[in-house]
Amino acid sequence: MTAVAQLLPASRRPKRMTPARWGLYAFIFITALYFLLPLYVMIVTSLKPMAEIRQGNLLALPAAPSIDAWVKAWTSACTGLTCQGIKIGFFNSLRILVPSVGISILIGSLTGYALSLWRLPGANILFGAMMVVAFIPYQVFIYPLVRVFSFTGLGQSLLTIVIIHTIFGLPTMTLLFRNYFASLPVELFKAARVDGAGFYQIYALIMMPMATPMIVVAVILQTTGIWNDFILGLIFAGRDNLPMTVQLNNIVNSTQGERAYNVDMAATLLTALLPLVVYFGSGRWFVRGIAAGAVKG
Amino acid sequence: MQKSSVDIRSLQIGFGGLKVLENLDLHVGESEFLVLLGPSGCGKSTLLNAIAGLIDVKGGEIHIGGRDVTWAEPKDRGIAMVFQSYALYPRMSVRRNMSFGLKVAGTPQSEIERRVGEAAQMLRLTSLLERRPSELSGGQRQRVAIGRALVRHAGVYLFDEPLSNLDAQLRAELRVEIKRLHARLGATMIYVTHDQIEALTLADRIAVMQGGVIQQLDTPKKIYREPVNRFVASFVGSPAMNFIPGRLARGGEMVFVAGVNRLGLNGYVFRSQPTDAPVVLGIRPEHIEMTGADDQSSVPARVEMVEPMGADTLIWCRLADGTAFSFRRDADAQVRAGDALAVRFPADALSLFDEASGQRL
Amino acid sequence: MRLSLTSRLSAISALLPALLVMFVVYIGATSWTVWISLTNSRMLPNNNFIGLRQYEMLFNNDRWITSVHNIVIYGVLFVSLALLIGFLLAVAIDQRVRAEDTIRSIYLYPYSMSFVVTGLVWQWLLNPTLGIQHVLRSWGFEGATFDWIVRPETAIYCLVIAGVWQASGLVMAIMLAGLRGVDEEIWKAARVDGLPKWRVYVSIIIPMMDASFATAAVLLSTGVVRLYDLSVAMTNGGPGIASEVPAKFVMDHLFERANIGLATAAATTMLITVIAVVAPYLYWRARKGEMR
Repeated sequence: MTAVAQLLPASRRPKRMTPARWGLYAFIFITALYFLLPLYVMIVTSLKPMAEIRQGNLLALPAAPSIDAWVKAWTSACTGLTCQGIKIGFFNSLRILVPSVGISILIGSLTGYALSLWRLPGANILFGAMMVVAFIPYQVFIYPLVRVFSFTGLGQSLLTIVIIHTIFGLPTMTLLFRNYFASLPVELFKAARVDGAGFYQIYALIMMPMATPMIVVAVILQTTGIWNDFILGLIFAGRDNLPMTVQLNNIVNSTQGERAYNVDMAATLLTALLPLVVYFGSGRWFVRGIAAGAVKG
Repeated sequence: MQKSSVDIRSLQIGFGGLKVLENLDLHVGESEFLVLLGPSGCGKSTLLNAIAGLIDVKGGEIHIGGRDVTWAEPKDRGIAMVFQSYALYPRMSVRRNMSFGLKVAGTPQSEIERRVGEAAQMLRLTSLLERRPSELSGGQRQRVAIGRALVRHAGVYLFDEPLSNLDAQLRAELRVEIKRLHARLGATMIYVTHDQIEALTLADRIAVMQGGVIQQLDTPKKIYREPVNRFVASFVGSPAMNFIPGRLARGGEMVFVAGVNRLGLNGYVFRSQPTDAPVVLGIRPEHIEMTGADDQSSVPARVEMVEPMGADTLIWCRLADGTAFSFRRDADAQVRAGDALAVRFPADALSLFDEASGQRL
Repeated sequence: MRLSLTSRLSAISALLPALLVMFVVYIGATSWTVWISLTNSRMLPNNNFIGLRQYEMLFNNDRWITSVHNIVIYGVLFVSLALLIGFLLAVAIDQRVRAEDTIRSIYLYPYSMSFVVTGLVWQWLLNPTLGIQHVLRSWGFEGATFDWIVRPETAIYCLVIAGVWQASGLVMAIMLAGLRGVDEEIWKAARVDGLPKWRVYVSIIIPMMDASFATAAVLLSTGVVRLYDLSVAMTNGGPGIASEVPAKFVMDHLFERANIGLATAAATTMLITVIAVVAPYLYWRARKGEMR
């Protein structure tokens, strides 16, 4: 072995950029382009007048950028029958979002707390069943739920869609908080019990204040999830409360005659805006949310 | 089996602006067992990783077997390495863990089998060859990791805290096994640890490190008996060495003065001219002797606490002026808290350090 | 620890919403759906039991067969491409590249967007008259054709392109977490062993990451069965019925075609498929958890 080794020349300091390194950066650059292309095209298209879109190049920068299409998308684009722009959908989504996020996190954290720290009979079975349910497509539940809500008189309404989001958010929220509480030192819980704190006192005064990071993750997860929902809003929210995603689809896909691609793209960007802001604003928290949500089961 | 020497010349390592090692020189002879000993963050693992080629150096040279390998890939350095976390490939059997590197290097199958068989027999792994790492105990895993290093037939074996993840009993067993292996193979070994017992039992020579600097490089016996500074003195040895502050005075012979106590230093070999700067006297617990009160050189002390430690007993005492120290007696010592004793500090077992610099006088 | 009666009651009260949802929504609704699928209900549910007749009709329905065919193509391509691309992206980022955070953000941002947005953007990009095909031709590639979205036999692949774009970042995030979890000493040991990097990934790292792969694959697969918004927004099932998918089949038959017997039979078929995928996975995870 050393006989061979001695034939080798004295070692040299390696160069900083090897060909492999160049290849790596080329790969990253090209894939990054693929991921950025749609966002770029959305932005430039939304800033061009229709004439330029018809003649020009999809990738070209706008000759004379204008926000006309944005204004039109926000205030006067037509969603089927009415022409009041996507702003209606924006505010509908907001009205759905705020109570849904709050209530689903409240109930999810309480359930997760009860299932993790209080050794109740059947808790594991309940939790396991919820995990299975998290994977089941909505189509299985939708029809009976529609019937139940119309039977109770709620029908399609804001309250209905909030309840629906709470129901379908429950498995993930429970999982999130159960795993978090289970990772805390159990001595903390025991100490609180020895001090005589009751079930809800421990929850409100000890556990939730410690769960701030999980609450942030849950808010991010639920905000993007509920904002991006299409099918539940379509079925349960009712005509007056249709969320932004449904309105957007109506604007783009139910146009008669020539389509205003600039308006479509402006409306699309407006719909994507909130999740994008949450995503870029939250940085690593979003990744943490994925990681926490990904350990389903 | 090949045995290589290792030569490190004015080695510099840094991460960003932080200097970890600066101008470090070290020579490890063929077949030598060298232990790098020090607290965490002293640079010992960094040094070992640099020898292995796992981190880039900023300056200086590393020679292994007479060849400059400063910038060579780890596989071309003629080294093998054993890691603290074992670093076994989790989804491969023991056999494949040991043979994989050879196979990728294109070693003939028959040669691979011969080497794996030999290493497995040496480490008593033959019956475990088809198991996965997850099916092994910690001690078995570390033997596999050693086996994976052995089959490389390297000139130098590097060990990075290999026993620190094991419990005390296994650690003692594997320590013996490694020592036996060294005796049998006669290979050059460099071994990093923070455990002074491992260092003392295994090493031909120990390099005690702190702050990226080798404080003392010597045989275990010298390190233990004649530490060059207070750091080495306090880091090596358990129970720890006693330190008593005082000063030197000349009254015919050199005398150590601490409060009302005076201790003659006849028999102590000074390294440098003594001065009257404050000094610290160090003495190991087992070197303090109990004598009768009529002994001229004895000092009266009062027992404060007795700690039985199985094979022997540690006795905590105070001198009349309150200075605390401990000393060691056999397990049968009939000593109780509150007893009055007379003890003697033999001059030839002492260490004296300059209080300001901590250097041995 | 023994629980006092009050604590026990409090705990049970906290679980009431979950229990209600479990029994009324999940179990109740599922059973009702399954029951309806066994009756000859049309616009409204009735209790005329007809056995598996709806299923017979379902599997003789062209539109359903096309939907199933499509979802198989979509599922296989989407899951394998997203896994492959996501893994490669994670490996690339794991090479201590500069501006790591920015690159990761770029790969992952599509996952924050809805399927509706994804579908509409890609509908625009793939539009043959003004989209990518037009760009290629204007660059001088006169014969360039990229009109998959308007051709019945290729429309489903357009959904794959959009889906992979949206979900690869998710796989990347899961894989990157897995790669970062690999003990650094394994890499050191492999370097001392002289293994080339690709060999370490293939022979050592990928086998170690079975949990990450399984998690990503299951997440992607459940997304496949649910696929609805993307098809609606991007092609609305077209051209013709060329890009129909099962979830859309259920929704259309529930709310437009007023054939709830057939719709629930389709939904029940989806349910069985999901359980067939998820149950072994959950079982495997539970076993693994016990072993640890």
